[in-house]
Amino acid sequence: MHRTGQLYGHFETLEQQKESAALGMWVFLVTEVLFFGGLFLAYTVNRGAFSTAFGAGSNTLDIKLGGFNTVVLIMSSLTMAMAVWSAQVGKKKLVSIFLIATLGLGTVFLGVKVIEYKQKFDHHLIPGQGFDMRYRSEHPRVTDDPKEIAIEKEEVEKTFAVDQDTNAHGQLYFSLYFAMTGLHALHMIVGAGLLVWLIKASFAGRFTPQYNTPVEIVGLYWHFVDIVWIYLFPLLYLIDRHR
Amino acid sequence: MSEHIVSPKIYLAIFTTLMAGTGITVWAAFQNFGKFNIVIALAIATIKATLVVLYFMHARYSPKRTQLVIVCSVFWLAIMLSLTLADYNTRRHEGRLASATTCYRA
Repeated sequence: MHRTGQLYGHFETLEQQKESAALGMWVFLVTEVLFFGGLFLAYTVNRGAFSTAFGAGSNTLDIKLGGFNTVVLIMSSLTMAMAVWSAQVGKKKLVSIFLIATLGLGTVFLGVKVIEYKQKFDHHLIPGQGFDMRYRSEHPRVTDDPKEIAIEKEEVEKTFAVDQDTNAHGQLYFSLYFAMTGLHALHMIVGAGLLVWLIKASFAGRFTPQYNTPVEIVGLYWHFVDIVWIYLFPLLYLIDRHR
Repeated sequence: MSEHIVSPKIYLAIFTTLMAGTGITVWAAFQNFGKFNIVIALAIATIKATLVVLYFMHARYSPKRTQLVIVCSVFWLAIMLSLTLADYNTRRHEGRLASATTCYRA
């Protein structure tokens, strides 16, 4: 019954039924805030203690890819919001179009994330045996820009001069980097699955001005994931860009 | 039903503001404001997050009960962050935090 938007017996009005569904999603999001909050807390404590190594780790991230992904994710939030609007005003075709756009942008985000992770593997920046912050500047590739490598070498040496244990503390940075962006990416993957489900339902023409609760509450989830990234981007990519 | 429909115009305005915010964040990160770099970055991120919650997530038009839940999440997060950080920042450490070398000896 709920799936067709009819009134369940234990609600008095459709409006109350819809508000309850949204409230349920919000309660879940509260637990998510605290879930991610724990990681942000671990990040804050460790960054305070090992700021030099965290700055050096942060500077190895590609700001262009990170910035691009930020733009992509905010755009996907806009298309998601527009999908909700389309359902509310009964433009069935637009619902499908905006949901597909949201899924497309989400997929682009994850694709860029794959490229970024691959770079970290190439540069020996995965916490574990082979971790070495000096690796990239000491083993430049033919495709690398020599100037950029020289700058990086200078920066890394400066970092090691201040903090001998940069390789140990850098692993803390990258552990947190992979935990936080990985958990965020996992949420994106779940969101993409939910979007596929919504797109199927929207093709069947299920979302109308009377019944669009699924679009609305998946939207809440999607925007939450966007908010997490709004904090992750400056905290992970932009720690120490000004030196 | 008396649900509030947010118009696409508002969505676009919020989107533009979020984009501008992203631009300012990146610009500010390359300036040297000393200790205030992090404050500025977090302030902009919080403004952006608030806009997303209020308009994209319709919190502004939600019933009071939903708004209370949202405020609660921020409140509990603040408790977790402030009490833990108060502990870390006032406790005497032997040198630094437990040395990472002990955890990660390659």
